[in-house]
Formats: sequence, structure tokens, C-alpha cells
Amino acid sequence: MPRKLVEKFDALSAKLFIKNGVYLTAVVLFFALILLPPILGIIIKWSAMQEILGNGELVARALNAVKNSFTIAILVSVFDVVAGIPMAWLIARGKSKWLNVLDTLADVPFIVPTAVLGYSLLLFWSGNEGLSAFFGGSLVSQGWLLVALLHFTFSYPVVVRVIVGALLDYKIEYEQASRTLGAPPLITARTVTFGIIKPSLIAAFVLAFARSISETGATMMVAGTFENGPVFIQNMKNAFSADPSLVRVYEGSTIFASLILIVVSCLIFAFVRILGTRFKLPIRRAWPTFEKKLSYSSAAGARNGIALLVFFVIVLIPSLFVALPAFEALFTDVLPKALSGAAMWSEYWQSLSLSYLLGAAATFLNILIGLPMAIIVARRKFGTLSSMLNVLVDIPIIVPSVALGASLKFFWKETLTFIPDIWLLVFAHLAITYPYFVRAMSAAIERISLELEEASRTLGAKPLCVFRTIVFPLTKYSLFSGAIMVFTRSVSETGATLAVTSLKTAPVVLVDWVKGNVAGVTGLDIGLGCGFLILISFIILLALRLIVKGKGKY
Amino acid sequence: MPEVRLVNVSKKFGKIMAVDNVSLQIHDKEYFSILGPSGCGKTTLLRLIAGLIQPDDGEIYIGDRLVNNVPPEDRDIGFVFQTFALFPHMNAWENVTYGPRVKGFDMQKAERIGHEVLEMVKLHERLDAFPNELSGGMMQRIAVARALAAGAKLLLLDEPLGHLDAKVRNELRYEIRRMAKDLELTAIHVTHDQSEAMAISDRIAVMKKGKVLQVGTPQELYMNPQSIFVANFIGGANFLEGYIMETRDKNAVIELRGGLRVQALKKGIDRGERVVLAVKPETFIIERDRGKKKSENSVSGVIERVAFEGTNIRYEVRLENQDLVVVVTPSLACEWFNIGEKVILSFQPESAHLFVYPETGLREEMAVE
Repeated sequence: MPRKLVEKFDALSAKLFIKNGVYLTAVVLFFALILLPPILGIIIKWSAMQEILGNGELVARALNAVKNSFTIAILVSVFDVVAGIPMAWLIARGKSKWLNVLDTLADVPFIVPTAVLGYSLLLFWSGNEGLSAFFGGSLVSQGWLLVALLHFTFSYPVVVRVIVGALLDYKIEYEQASRTLGAPPLITARTVTFGIIKPSLIAAFVLAFARSISETGATMMVAGTFENGPVFIQNMKNAFSADPSLVRVYEGSTIFASLILIVVSCLIFAFVRILGTRFKLPIRRAWPTFEKKLSYSSAAGARNGIALLVFFVIVLIPSLFVALPAFEALFTDVLPKALSGAAMWSEYWQSLSLSYLLGAAATFLNILIGLPMAIIVARRKFGTLSSMLNVLVDIPIIVPSVALGASLKFFWKETLTFIPDIWLLVFAHLAITYPYFVRAMSAAIERISLELEEASRTLGAKPLCVFRTIVFPLTKYSLFSGAIMVFTRSVSETGATLAVTSLKTAPVVLVDWVKGNVAGVTGLDIGLGCGFLILISFIILLALRLIVKGKGKY
Repeated sequence: MPEVRLVNVSKKFGKIMAVDNVSLQIHDKEYFSILGPSGCGKTTLLRLIAGLIQPDDGEIYIGDRLVNNVPPEDRDIGFVFQTFALFPHMNAWENVTYGPRVKGFDMQKAERIGHEVLEMVKLHERLDAFPNELSGGMMQRIAVARALAAGAKLLLLDEPLGHLDAKVRNELRYEIRRMAKDLELTAIHVTHDQSEAMAISDRIAVMKKGKVLQVGTPQELYMNPQSIFVANFIGGANFLEGYIMETRDKNAVIELRGGLRVQALKKGIDRGERVVLAVKPETFIIERDRGKKKSENSVSGVIERVAFEGTNIRYEVRLENQDLVVVVTPSLACEWFNIGEKVILSFQPESAHLFVYPETGLREEMAVE
């Protein structure tokens, strides 16, 4: 950009009404596009709830589905944290050079879109070529256990990443102090480390919980007849939405299930937050002889062994198992069929481009309206309002994405009937990914000392210039990681996509294939479809990583 | 009882030799300081003793026990960190009783110890406070109390006063020494502040670049530094370069730059050798130059700068040979001089220290970084 133009923008940014205008626009857009539409959507369709309340059987089915959602989410989150801690400990505190490899491997399930993950797990646990082959039958057939395994698999890397981050960030001196005071490693971890990183443990739990409550596409693949909230909503849609006389049943049951999911989620999060601050880990007692035995040699070795076994057998291998049929398909006529876009493949390629287009749009919009919001939250630009916004931006994380998508659709289709479906999709993906971006950016901005910005101002820099020359260079690594998170989350998203529109993204097409909704699809087709999705996601992520490599680390 | 012995201990971080073949003996109940500039390896040495890191070479004994492979929790030590490392999620009381609790003492005993140590640091009324509610001085006392409560007889202090204001620092340093002496502990105190080390230590080890240069009482280090670095680091000195022109009994006659001649104890250095003469600022006698004949060990100069420091007055004097020297005199007991005044500086030969000129150069030898 020409220097003069940059200077002009810098000068404009010093004008109070421009500066506040940008921030206010971000706040207004947050309310208008992200927070209010789902709430209003539910209110608009409130009357449709009559349809389901009179139907005892449907109410019971909805309640059961919601109960299943929460049971699995709580179960999975607890297991995630319990299994994630030893793995994170091994990565953060271990000394072997192989841990770098392990650290990278732990991120692998991140790049596998969840719909692909669902199919991969289905093959591994219950297909004839997976683990089941050794047992002469399906080891884990479709149902609640496979859903739980799936949710564990995709939330485990998030949990490990959060705990590793916390362990690396916190001052090792606390642990050293504890050791010099006579505490063996286990007592130190129990009484000091976990006490201090408790907020991160809670955050990890919350993230795992929210992901489990929201996930739809992959869950549908592995659920069989088992229903949780999102699957129930989707089943209602399939059963009733096509018939105009029954569409109210679909709307009513969606509103009913969504409302319970949202309210109970909010209650659980409030409860976890309050309990998190009040609850103290048991630190008053110690059993030095016993805990010392558990701290060293064989016990520690066993702990690491179990952590690695869980990671490889339950997370990594099932995640990548889909590579087998994908690889197999390369040497058959499926590959030329796929590449020529014959039969169902033309829909696949369209859906794939739609997925990446959506991911790019969601990422761009997030940067545009999420960045000013991150600054508002991190720098408390609007006093009490900033603190309120700080809580509000998290809400889309805890609202199940299928409920979010359904209510968004109700709102937009009632208010702006002419709005094209593609915009609905963009809004839905924006709403779902927004908290991840704002959180990543506000945390990064908070880490920059305010004094640096003040120093820049005293040296004559205008607000935009401060951002360009100080804040951006110091946070660009987080900006790119935030963008990567948004992009991958958007490409993986199925629940909200299914709820808002009949347009098909790649995960939606794959779900259709797996569910047998499309004729002539073989296992090799699905495998190859999954393979392409992983490959392209991997290439895009690799390219982004190469762009940001080594940047922003000061 | 905890006598601490280090035998040829070395520790490397990557290519940097943090501790280089150090041997030390710290006596039981001694208050011992490790003094040196930042990066000299003093904290590494302390952490090696604590078992927070392992030596690459050498042996560390606490009492009669070889502790190389003993984890920190079994070394029976108390460690006070520079940043205090008070557990932020525990209040003062929980911090202080942490040691007794994790060692499995019964509750009554743990509480009794807690009360005793809090009494000792005079912070009984703040036992409910969390670390972020305490001032720096209070945090420091709680950190010491916590280290003492574990019942250790060996107290390791890593720059324990580094984060405090000057005034609090001065008060607390004597308090820590008093407690260590009252409880008959062996204390190893790491600091970069020579006045702190001098004020409280029974003996001091001066370190530079991973090596121990000299061990001695504060008086020995001050009166008889065995290297240019120690002479500079302990109290500071003026360093004048020259050659030994002749030797007479105990003394050597040194010709400084510009032909000035002075005398100092020769300390076995031969005639013709290039030398550095270290003269402490407070050993100069300063008089007004009234044009009379100068005494034997004196040089004349002009006052170039004067700084009133309260207790002392600090003069910068430009000598005839253009060398600049610093002279410090007690402000109440001596005559005062003004900028531009001609003065004569003299010193006793035995109060100056003579060193062979270092191969690496004087600047490198004195460098603290």
C-alpha cells in the first residue's frame, strides 16, 4: 500500500469517532449476526412447541436423546481429562527426543475432518477389516459405545493441547519449591501443579464437553439406532420436514430439543465455572511413602505406557484407519472414476469446493469482525461492557451447533425470506467458529504488555500504526493459528450445515454415502472421498504452517 | 550435621560451562555466600546442591551422604527462591505448613511447626492471606518460614532479597542471618550484591564464568584479593598499569604511564614484569597541593568531578599522566575539595595490591558480563 495512504489511515484512526466506530460496528455485528439470531429464532418458532408437547412419545424420545447427549459428553470429557493428563505430562515434562514426534502425532486427529474420523472409526472398530477382524465379528457395533469412542477420539487432541500449553506456560519453580520442601513428584503434581493449572483443566473439560454436545455428522455415521440430541434433530428433519403438514412437528421437536440442550449446557457451564473456583483439589493430606512409590520407576513407566497405549490404540490408529481403503482405491478403477467426476463424484467435488469456500469465508469474516472484538475484550475498551462481552463471546461454543444452525435458519428464513442459503451457511459457520478466533486473539493480545503499546504511542504512533507495528507483529502467529482453527472447524462442521440448508458440504456428502443414502457407493469410494478431504486439508494446513513458520515467536 | 562438600563438580548447558570443576567445603552452621555477577554459575551451583539439576561430573555430599542421585525431596533442605515461588493457590498458612504435611507429619505437629515459624517471621496475623495479598517483604518472610518449617538443617537461598526495595532488603538480610544462626542452620546464600554478602556472611566464595576464584571471610577478600576480578568486584578499585622498575626488600617500584613512580608490596613478581596496581578508592590520602615537595608514594592531580554521597564524598581526580582515579573520603571526617583544585594523592605500599598484567587484557579480566 502506498505510504501516503497508510499514513492517512493512521491519522484517521486517531479520530475518536472512527476508532470507536470500528469497535462499535464489531459489537453490533456480533449481536446482529451471532448472538441474537439464534435466540430470536427460537422465540419465533416458540408456538411450534405445542406440536410436540402434546405428543408424549416424541417428548420422551427427545428427552432421552438429550439425556444421552449429556451422559456421553460428561463421560467423554472426564475420560479425556483423565487420559489427557498423563499424555500431556509426558509431552511437556519428558526428556526423550522422540517426544517431538509424539507431540506432532498428537495433533494428527486435528487435521482429520470429524466426518472422516467417524467413518474411520466405524471401519476400525466395527468393519470387517479393522480390529474386529481379529475377533471374528464386530468388536464395537454402531451405538452409544462407538459414539463415546468417537467423541473421545476427536476431543482428546484438544484436551492434550490445552494441558500441554498450561504445563509449559506455568512457572516450573513452583514444582521445584515443592520438591525441595520434601514432596515427591506425585504429591507435587497433585497438590501444586494441578492446583495451579486448574483453570486450564476446567477449560479442557469445557472444550471437550462442548465439542461432544455439538458433533453431528460423524455421530450420525456411528450411532446406528442410538439417538443423542443432534441425531434426534436430524432424524426429525429427515422424517417430517419434507411434508408441509408435518413441518411443524419438525420445528417443534427441534426447538424443544435445542432449548433443553442450550439451557442444560448453560447450567452445566455455570456450574463448572462456580464449582471450579470454589472446589479445591485435595491438598491437605499426603501419604509420602505410598505416593513416593507411585512417583518413580515402574509405576511411572506403567503410567506412561498406558498413556501411550490409549493414544495409539484409541486415538491415532482409528483416526487414520481410513487411509487403508483410500490407499486401496488408488489401484482400482475408483480413482479414474473419482477424478473424472463420474456419477456421485461430481456432487462430491462440488461439495468439496463449497466446503473450502465456506471455510475461507468464515475465516475472512472472523478476522474482520473478530479482531476488533478481541481487542475490546483483551484491552477492556468499554469497561463493564467489555467484561460482559468477554462472557458472551463464549456462548456459541456451548450451544450445540445443530441447535444453533436450526434456530439461525428459523430466524433468517422468517425475517429475510429472500436470503440465499449460501449466506445462511456462512452465518452459521461464522457463529460456530467466532469464539475460537476471538479467544485465541484476545489471549494473544493480553500477553503483550500494555506498556509496549504505550511506548509506541509516546513515540508518536497513531492507534492504527500501533496495531500495525506492535500488536500485529507480536500476535500474527496467534492470528494464523486462530485462522487455521476457524478453517478446520468450518470444514469439519456438519450439524449446523445440515440444519440450515440442503446445500451439501463435503462432510454432509460423506455422511450420506456412509448412511447408504446414495446408490452405487462402495467402501472404496467412501475411503477415497475421505482420503481426498484429509489430503487437501493437510496440504492447506501445511502451507499455512510454512507461511507462519518461525514467525511471531519472540 | 550438614556440612556441604563439592568435589570437582561440573555442569554444562549446551556449549556453556555453567559450573567448571568446582570444589568447595561449607562448614556445619556456617553462613556461606556464593557471590558473583549474573551468569557466573552461582545459581546453577545452588540448584546442583538442591538436586534440582544433576551434575555432569563430580560429587556432592551433604553431611557424609553422597547425594548425586538423591531427589530434592530427600535431601533435607530448605530452598528460598528469588521469586519466592509461593504457591499462588494456597494461603500463607497452607504454604508454610506444606512441608510438614507432604512429609506426612501428623496434623498437630504440622500446625505446631507452622505457628512456630510464623511467630519467627512475625507474620502470624496474616496467615489467611494469599500470596498476591502480601507485600514483597512479607512474601519473602513467608518463603523463608516455609523453607524453615520443613525442618531442614540446610537452608539454600537463591538471591532471596533480589526482588525487594533497598530498605527492606537491608533489614531482612540481617534477619535471615539471625534466624539461621538462632536455629543453628548451615546456610548457603547466593547473591550478586557484594555489600549484602559482606554484611552477613561468615565466608564468601567469589565466582566468575563457572569457576570459584577465591574463598574467604569478607575481610580476607577485601584486604587480600587474589585476583584483579576479586579486587574489582569486592569494593571496587582503581587499576593503574605499569612495569616493575626495581625491587627493594618487600616492595617493588612501579613506573606508571607518563613516568610516575609508586611503590607496592611485590608479592613475588619480578623486575621488568608488566603489572596492574589496584588501589581502593578509600585507601588514598588526599591533600591540597601546596607546592611542597611530595612524599615518596604520592602523585599529584586535579579534581575533575565531585559527588556528595551522604556518608562519603567521591572525587574523580585526573593525574599528571592523564589517568583518572576515584578517591572516596568520609564526608564528616575529612577536608572537602572543589572541582579544579590541585591535590596530592598518596597511599601506603601495603594497602595497594599488585597483579601480573593479565594475558587476556585488563578489561576482559574485570568484565562482569
